[in-house]
Amino acid sequence: MTEDQKLIKFQQRIDADEKIEPKDWMPEGYHKTLFRQISQHAHSEIIGMQPEANWVLRAPSLRAKKILLAKIQDEAGHGLYLYSAAETLGLDRSEMIDMLHKGKAKYSSIFNYPVLTWADIGAVGWLVDGAAIVNQTMLAKCSYGPYARAMLRICKEEGFHQRQGYEIMAKMMNGTEAQKEMAQDAMNRWWEPSLMMFGPHDTDSPNSKDSMQWKIKVESNDRLRQRFIDRTVEQAHHIGLKVPDANLKYNKETLHWETSDINWEEFKNVVNGNGPCNHQRLSHHIKCHNEGQWVREAALAFEAKQMSNPATIK
Amino acid sequence: MEINNNQFPQWEVFIQTKSGSPFEHAGSVHAADKKMALQNARDTYTRRNEGRSLWVVPTDCIVATTRDEEEEFFDPSLDKTYRKPNFYKMPKGTNNL
Repeated sequence: MTEDQKLIKFQQRIDADEKIEPKDWMPEGYHKTLFRQISQHAHSEIIGMQPEANWVLRAPSLRAKKILLAKIQDEAGHGLYLYSAAETLGLDRSEMIDMLHKGKAKYSSIFNYPVLTWADIGAVGWLVDGAAIVNQTMLAKCSYGPYARAMLRICKEEGFHQRQGYEIMAKMMNGTEAQKEMAQDAMNRWWEPSLMMFGPHDTDSPNSKDSMQWKIKVESNDRLRQRFIDRTVEQAHHIGLKVPDANLKYNKETLHWETSDINWEEFKNVVNGNGPCNHQRLSHHIKCHNEGQWVREAALAFEAKQMSNPATIK
Repeated sequence: MEINNNQFPQWEVFIQTKSGSPFEHAGSVHAADKKMALQNARDTYTRRNEGRSLWVVPTDCIVATTRDEEEEFFDPSLDKTYRKPNFYKMPKGTNNL
């Protein structure tokens, strides 16, 4: 078969809603786009643990601390599901981590914003995980089998992340004036960055066309963002939070909430490494990785010792 | 590869969700040895009581077919309809068969 014939056959499989599996022939662009997207997604889950871990010792109750720990453990698990899916494309996890450390792979810009108060933990769960769920529910229908399966697993688990976040916000909005102010302040700071999580407008998204044709994505950035806005505005109003947008209005004809355009200059700035926490997040990851070196060495030495004395292997 | 980047060998994880059900592939983990592979598989894939039993298998021990050879490889199974019960015509009025 010529390359052209393979490409036609590949597209026919995609159009027939077949899933592509690791050993199957795939166009270079499909492989490249998928690898970039899945590894970036994996890095996001791992880096996303940092702002939350910072609050474990300051959680306001034992209940809150247990929930936060479980959520952070989930994020680690989600990162590992995704590294596992990315590895089916033929690159080793250590290569992905190396690319992250060298700045050749990115993670979601949302984690370059600081988590300043306990209300921010609520806002992150409700808004950031909420936006991630809208995106990931779509990705569970992706044409690449291992990615779609990882997404399905993640979506099942993330429901709790979003609800615990909303519960924190609702509790604070039911509390003292100071608590209400703190919740509103978190809302004000996290609203726009959450909308940016869906990426550039469809018209400015260079990879979207191929991704849609190959069903790596099955819905566009703007459509997913609108779905998130419609859900979230009503949840905000329900507990008395204001959406920080003077132009917010409900369009009775389209049945959608309309918002101001996003500050894309800021988006680009943070993507390019100039957000408030870019340096901190990456240098912390590198530090932890290097500090784990002796653990990896010890585990491998232990395995070598066991193998040299088969009688001790359990 | 430098030792600092060694993420340990890769293992494929299979989960049995309840007694009697088949072991299904869940994903993979990295681990230095068998015991660590089972523990990592538990922590990664069964945080919500999804499993009652786990298998871990070194990834390079998995042998798989590919989509390209699918037709040729599985072809012989397509033309033997006499392997299915409804290939056979039963006399009218036959019951429990």
